[in-house]
Amino acid sequence: MRVTGAVTAPAAGGPAGHVEVLDPGPLTLVQDRGRPGHAHLGVPRAGALDPAAAALAGRLVGNGPDDAVLEVLLGGLVLRWGPVGAWVAVTGAPVTVWVDGRASSTGRAEWVPAGATLRLGPPPVGLRSWVAVAGGIAVDPVLGSRSRDTLAGVGPAPLAPGDVLPLGPRQAPPAPVVVPPGPAYDGALGVSAGPRADWLGRAGWERLLATPWRVGGGSDRVGLRLEGEPLARAREGELASEGVVLGAVQLPPDGRPVVFLADHPTTGGYPVVAVVVAEHVARCAQLRPGDPVRLVAR
Amino acid sequence: MNERTGGRAGGRPRGAGSAADGAVVAGAGGDAVSGRVGARRVLAYGPHALLVEVDDADGAAALASWLRAQGPPAEDVVPAAATVLVDGLADAAAHAAVRDAVARWHPRAGVTDGPLVVLEVDYDGEDLADVAALWGCSVQEAVARHTALELTAAFCGFAPGFSYLVGLPAALAVPRLATPRTRVPAGSVALADRWCGVYPTASPGGWRLIGRTDAVLWDPDRLDPGPALLAPGTRVRFVAR
Repeated sequence: MRVTGAVTAPAAGGPAGHVEVLDPGPLTLVQDRGRPGHAHLGVPRAGALDPAAAALAGRLVGNGPDDAVLEVLLGGLVLRWGPVGAWVAVTGAPVTVWVDGRASSTGRAEWVPAGATLRLGPPPVGLRSWVAVAGGIAVDPVLGSRSRDTLAGVGPAPLAPGDVLPLGPRQAPPAPVVVPPGPAYDGALGVSAGPRADWLGRAGWERLLATPWRVGGGSDRVGLRLEGEPLARAREGELASEGVVLGAVQLPPDGRPVVFLADHPTTGGYPVVAVVVAEHVARCAQLRPGDPVRLVAR
Repeated sequence: MNERTGGRAGGRPRGAGSAADGAVVAGAGGDAVSGRVGARRVLAYGPHALLVEVDDADGAAALASWLRAQGPPAEDVVPAAATVLVDGLADAAAHAAVRDAVARWHPRAGVTDGPLVVLEVDYDGEDLADVAALWGCSVQEAVARHTALELTAAFCGFAPGFSYLVGLPAALAVPRLATPRTRVPAGSVALADRWCGVYPTASPGGWRLIGRTDAVLWDPDRLDPGPALLAPGTRVRFVAR
């Protein structure tokens, strides 16, 4: 898909504006590339659950890679523009994007004039959308990042009605961006063996791969909980707490695996039996409770 | 043999059936292959991380501190109870550099005294009498035993700025509560097994509370000594007030 916008783009370097939150929908969070480097202090990495989709939204409006976006769960976000217009782009779950009464779609830059209202409809599929506004969401960073970490509560609070979000100065006018169509998701997440795969044994590993899992209702930014026939451990005992990575597949005592996402705890005491490959971790951002998941050896 | 392999070696997908049962698989690429480096076991942890096993939390803190000083090509170096996670390794060269560094490390190398933090504590915790009973002494003697210790922050986890402090003798180990509290106040000084910890923020918790401090354990805006008062390597003493 080729996106062209910016025909009437104002020059870069214009005045910074703000937007007011009229309705955050079910949950809207400020996110950027997260705050790696603080795991040894117990601080999760956080960051957009699908970094590529969030970055694409930013590129569509001419933002840099560190500019913050809004991560919107199940649509419903309503923003009113302040006295300065700005470009906006939405990626991720395919919501209808309304600018005042005019409907548009994801994957393209739209001009939102001063005083106008932006509204996201509910996504027919998927869960999360990323909203980039030219200049970026310029709330104060914490430990070098504007990301909200939902596990430890670090970073800007979830959006609430009446919040006023400052925008950074525009860096560049929107440029045409070729949006490659994403691969159709077939419910498969690629995994490699984790450091504690021996807690599953060979038979358990085969069952991990053969079991038709479903996304559990308790899934969130901390982890994707998988429901299905529980896995038995191949060994007894306790594991001392150890560091955990993004995409780690942890096996709690109940035998139902959890795939750790961006807000995962920095250490954990349950064995990590597999690791989801990075490019597939982002797919978890769109999985709804009940969706099927297969784990496939990579 | 304790070697294991996981993930991809040499850039080719590998069937993982053999990876889960401890089989020895030679890996040509070496970027994601577990094995012993010197006397340490280094476990593959997906394509971007390695997990180094050490003897205990002291060893983990020392190795993590030493690795940081080497300037590893990693985003995060995370000590824990008996491992060090090195995460954010971009490529095979980064994996190799970390393996080389681990091979050069000796448990007694580079152990330096961290900064000393003295925490003033009101010893009025809800579980202090139980702890004294478990230790077979009076409350007064329990406070004397705790204030006589010099502990070391081994690693953080559970919550930002929550440090697992080591140095409690085995004879003073206490079991966790059978039923965790739904809310433990910030600043609570607590014990579990051979760990001591101070809750940086109010949270649920299953450790035994012996006192509380007004010290600010976690402040993301603090520059000196940094957001976590008890960062790994920090020495800690408690004084009664």
